Amino acid sequence: MSLKRDPLIPMIGVVTDVRTDTPDVKTFRVVGLDGKKPFAHIPGQCAMLSMPGIGEALFSITSSPTNEDYLEFSIKKCGCVTTWLHEIEPGQQVTIRGPYGNGFPVDTELKGKDLLIIAGGIGLAPVRSVINYVRANRSNYGTLDIVYGSRSKEDLVDYQEILDEWMAEDGINVHLTIDREQPDWDGHVGFVPNYVKELNFDTSKTVVMCGPPIMIKFTLAGLEELGFQRDQVYTTFELKMKCALGKCGRCNIGDKYVCKDGPVFRLDQMTELPDEY
Amino acid sequence: MKKIAVSALPQLLEAMAAQQALYLPVQQGRSAQFTRYESGMELSEALNTGRSAKDLFFPQVENLVDFKVTGKAIEVIESRDVGEDFILFGVRACDCRSFDILDRVFLGDPKDTYYENRRSHATVITLACGAPEETCFCTVFGIDPADPAGDVTAWKAGQWLCLRANTKKGEKLLASLPMLQNGGEDAVVAAQAAIHAITEKLPLKDLNLTGFDGDHLMEKFNSPQWAQLSESCLGCGSCTFVCPTCQCYDIKDFNTGHEIKRFRCWDSCMYSDFTMMAHGTNRPTQLERFRQRFMHKLVYFPANNEGIYGCVGCGRCLQKCPISMNIVKVIKTLGEGAQ
Amino acid sequence: MQEQVRAKAIELLQSGTCDRILGWKTGEFFYDVTPAVFTTVEEIEKDLVYNAFCGANFSKYLIAESRKGGKIGAFLKPCDTYSFQQLLKEHRIWRENTYIVGLSCPGMCDMDKIREAGIKGVTGGDFTGETLSFETLYGQQEIAREAVLAERCKFCKSKKLVIFDELLGEQGEERETGRFDEVERLEAMTAEERFAFWQQELSKCIRCNACRNVCPACSCEKCVFDNPKSGVENKAAANSFEEQLFHVIRAFHVAGRCTDCGECSRVCPQHIPLHLLNRKFIKDINEIYGPYQAGADPDTRPPLLNFNQGDPEPKRGDVG
Repeated sequence: MSLKRDPLIPMIGVVTDVRTDTPDVKTFRVVGLDGKKPFAHIPGQCAMLSMPGIGEALFSITSSPTNEDYLEFSIKKCGCVTTWLHEIEPGQQVTIRGPYGNGFPVDTELKGKDLLIIAGGIGLAPVRSVINYVRANRSNYGTLDIVYGSRSKEDLVDYQEILDEWMAEDGINVHLTIDREQPDWDGHVGFVPNYVKELNFDTSKTVVMCGPPIMIKFTLAGLEELGFQRDQVYTTFELKMKCALGKCGRCNIGDKYVCKDGPVFRLDQMTELPDEY
Repeated sequence: MKKIAVSALPQLLEAMAAQQALYLPVQQGRSAQFTRYESGMELSEALNTGRSAKDLFFPQVENLVDFKVTGKAIEVIESRDVGEDFILFGVRACDCRSFDILDRVFLGDPKDTYYENRRSHATVITLACGAPEETCFCTVFGIDPADPAGDVTAWKAGQWLCLRANTKKGEKLLASLPMLQNGGEDAVVAAQAAIHAITEKLPLKDLNLTGFDGDHLMEKFNSPQWAQLSESCLGCGSCTFVCPTCQCYDIKDFNTGHEIKRFRCWDSCMYSDFTMMAHGTNRPTQLERFRQRFMHKLVYFPANNEGIYGCVGCGRCLQKCPISMNIVKVIKTLGEGAQ
Repeated sequence: MQEQVRAKAIELLQSGTCDRILGWKTGEFFYDVTPAVFTTVEEIEKDLVYNAFCGANFSKYLIAESRKGGKIGAFLKPCDTYSFQQLLKEHRIWRENTYIVGLSCPGMCDMDKIREAGIKGVTGGDFTGETLSFETLYGQQEIAREAVLAERCKFCKSKKLVIFDELLGEQGEERETGRFDEVERLEAMTAEERFAFWQQELSKCIRCNACRNVCPACSCEKCVFDNPKSGVENKAAANSFEEQLFHVIRAFHVAGRCTDCGECSRVCPQHIPLHLLNRKFIKDINEIYGPYQAGADPDTRPPLLNFNQGDPEPKRGDVG
C-alpha cells in the first residue's frame, strides 16, 4: 500500500531573484526545481514558504496570475522566517506549498466594476496582484484608482514599478501619500484614511483594501462617511497559521477559518464575526 | 451476535493480538491508558482512560517529513511508514463519537493523509459502559453508552462478553475468532436496561444546549460571563489534551544534527502563544483564549457541522481541570435558563 | 469551618478592609471547587465554600491580584502561606494590597483516590468527620478520611501558618511525617533502576503545562519553554530525552525556591509524582547547606543564592 502525498508536505522552490524594495521589505522570485512557476493562483491567495529548521509561514502572492514565469512575494522583515529570508541570496532553495485561500473575486464580483484599491505599507503585497491582473485584463474593469501610503518615500513598496508602469499608464489614477514631510517628496503628505476622505471618491466604486488593522479601521470609517456601504469593500486578513488547510485551528474566528474561508472577506461578512482579527 | 465467557477474555485478547496489533485500556499506575497489548495484560476496569482514544489516530507527536539541507539545496525525504492494521478494543461510546468529530476535520477537503491512513488501518471495538460516573453527560449529545458504535460493539453482560458486528470489517474480525459462540442477545438486553437505569439518574443528564448554535454566535461571544468563567484559568492545556475532540496542532522543526524533522504535535488554544505572530496576538488575554475553546466546541463547530457539537460528554475535563472549570459550568452559565 | 470562612469574608468586605475576596467557589458537585474573586455578600453567601476539596493554593493568583487596584483578601492554608511568603521574598506580590486570612487545614482529600478506592458516581455526602460518607449512583459508601488524603497532605511538612494578617482556626506546628521517605527509596535504587522509574513516569507526560502554570515558584513573565528565541521552546518532546528534560529543567529552576506545596502533583492529569523531583532538591539542599525551608521565614538568605566561605564543595559522587 502506498501513501498519497500529504498536502502538508511541500515542494522545493528556488529563489531566482531578491529585490530590495524598502529598508525592511524585499521581494523574492520563486520558481520550481523545473524552472517553471510552481502553481497557478488567484490574486489574494497565499502560499506557505519555509526553510526547514527555521520555520514555515504564510505569505501573500504579490505577482499577478498573468505572470506565467514565476511567483513573487514581497516580504517585510519581522519574525524568524522573514529575518532568515532577508539574508538569503538568489539560488537559495526554500520549500513552498499552496496556493491557499479564496483570493479576491476578480473574475466575478469585481468584474466590470470601477475599482478603488487602497493599501498601506506592506499591505500593497496582496493588492499588487489584483492591480497587475486588472491591468492585464483592462477591458474587463471600469476605472482604476489606487491610493497607496507608507511611512516615508523609502517605505513605498514597488515604488519603481508604480512610477514606471502604473503612473505611466492611461486610465489608472495613482494617489501616493507618505506619513511625514521629507525633502525629496513633493507628493501628498498624510495618513491613508484622511487622504481617502480628501479624495472624496464616488460611491459607485468597489473597494479593495489591505493594510495594518488600524488603517483598515479608520479608512472604513472614512469610506462610510463618504457614503460607501460595507458590502462594497473587500479586504484581506492575516492571522497565525500553521497548516493553511483549515485544520490546525489557529486562524479560526467565529465559524470561519481565515486560511480557507478567507483571507479575503467582504466587510459586511465581517460584521457577523467576532472582532478577533 | 456472538458471545464468550468473560473468564475467557484473556484468550480472546491473545487471539486478536495474534492477528493484528491490539490496543486496549490497561492500568498504568493510577490511570488507565490505551496500551499496545502484550501477553498477560489485562483490560482495565476503569470507565475512561486518562488520555482519550484519539491518540491512536492523532498522536501527541508524529513525524510529518524530513529534510536534508546541503548548502542552498533542500531535499524532501518522505519518511513515514505505511503503518499496520490494528484493533482498538474497549473504546467507550463517547470516545467512539469523538472519531466522527475528528473525521469531520481531518477527512474534510483536503484530507489529512496521516490521520486517514491510521483510520483505515483500524478496527474499532467499543465497550458499553458498565458503570457511568457522575461526570458523564454523553446522553446530552444523543450518545447511548449502552449501545456504542464502532466496527464491533461489545457488552460485559453478567458472565458473558457479547459482541455484535456493525460493519463488514467487524464481521470479518468476529468471523476470524473461532472461540466465539453464537448468542448473547438476552444478556445484552438485560445489560442495556441496567445501564439505562443509571443514565436516568445521571446528575448532568438534563444539560440544556438550547441557544448554542450559529444563530446565537455573537450573543454567546459577547456574553459578559466569560470574564468570571475564565478568571482563574491557569492557561494550561490539561482540558485540551485529555479532550477526545480537541485537535488543534502545531507544526515544528527539530534539527537532529543530521536532518531536520518536521513534526506535528498537539497544541492548545489555551496557550498564550497559540495565535502569537511576530507583530502580536489577536487573543491577548486568557479570557479570549478560554472563550475560543468553548465557543469552538459549542457554537462554531456546530455552526459548520449541521448542529453537531464538538463535545461528547466524556467528563474528562470535569475530572482533570486543575481549577475545576469545565464545559458543563460554561454551558450552565451561558445557557438558556441560566440565572 | 465553612460558616466561619463565609462570615469572615463578609466581614472583610463590609468593614471595607478588603475590596475583593479570593476564595473557593462551589461547583456542580461537592468536590469541583474553583478559585474565584468575590465582590459581593450575595456571591459569598451563595457560592463560597471551604471543605475537604479546597486544595488550590491561592498564593500565585496574588501576583496578579495584588497589582490591581484596592485590597484583595485571600484565604491561605498553612502550605499556601509558605508559597506566599516565598513570593514576597522574591518581590512578586505587593504585600500592602493583600490581606491574608490564615486557615487551619485538616488536610485535603483527593477525589481521584476516592474513585480509585472504588467509590464511583459520587453525587454528595458528608466529609466533615474522620469517616467520609458518600451518596453515589450505586448506593451509600464510606471510607476513612486518612485513606483518601491527598498525597501531599499525607506527608504534610507543617500545619504552621507562617504569615497572615488574621488567623481563623488554630495555629499549628511543623511536623515530621517522613516526606523524604520516598526520595530515599529512589536514592537507594541503582542509577539504571532510577532512570527506568523516571522514564516510566515522565513518558506519561502530555506537556499540558499544568504543573508549571500552577506552580507558585514558576512565576516568570515569559517561560523559556514558551519563548521561540530560547532554543528550548517546545510543546511536545521531539524525543523521549527532551520529555525528561522539561521536568528536570523545571525542577532545577525552582530548586531552593520550591516550598513543597505539592500543587504540581495535585494538578497532573497523568498522576506523575512530580513533587518527588523537587523534594530531592530540598533534601539535597538540607544535607549540603544545612536545613532550609523555602518560604518559612522572610529573612533567611536562600542557600542557592548565597555564598559562605564555609559552604561545602560537593565532590563528584557526594550526592546521589
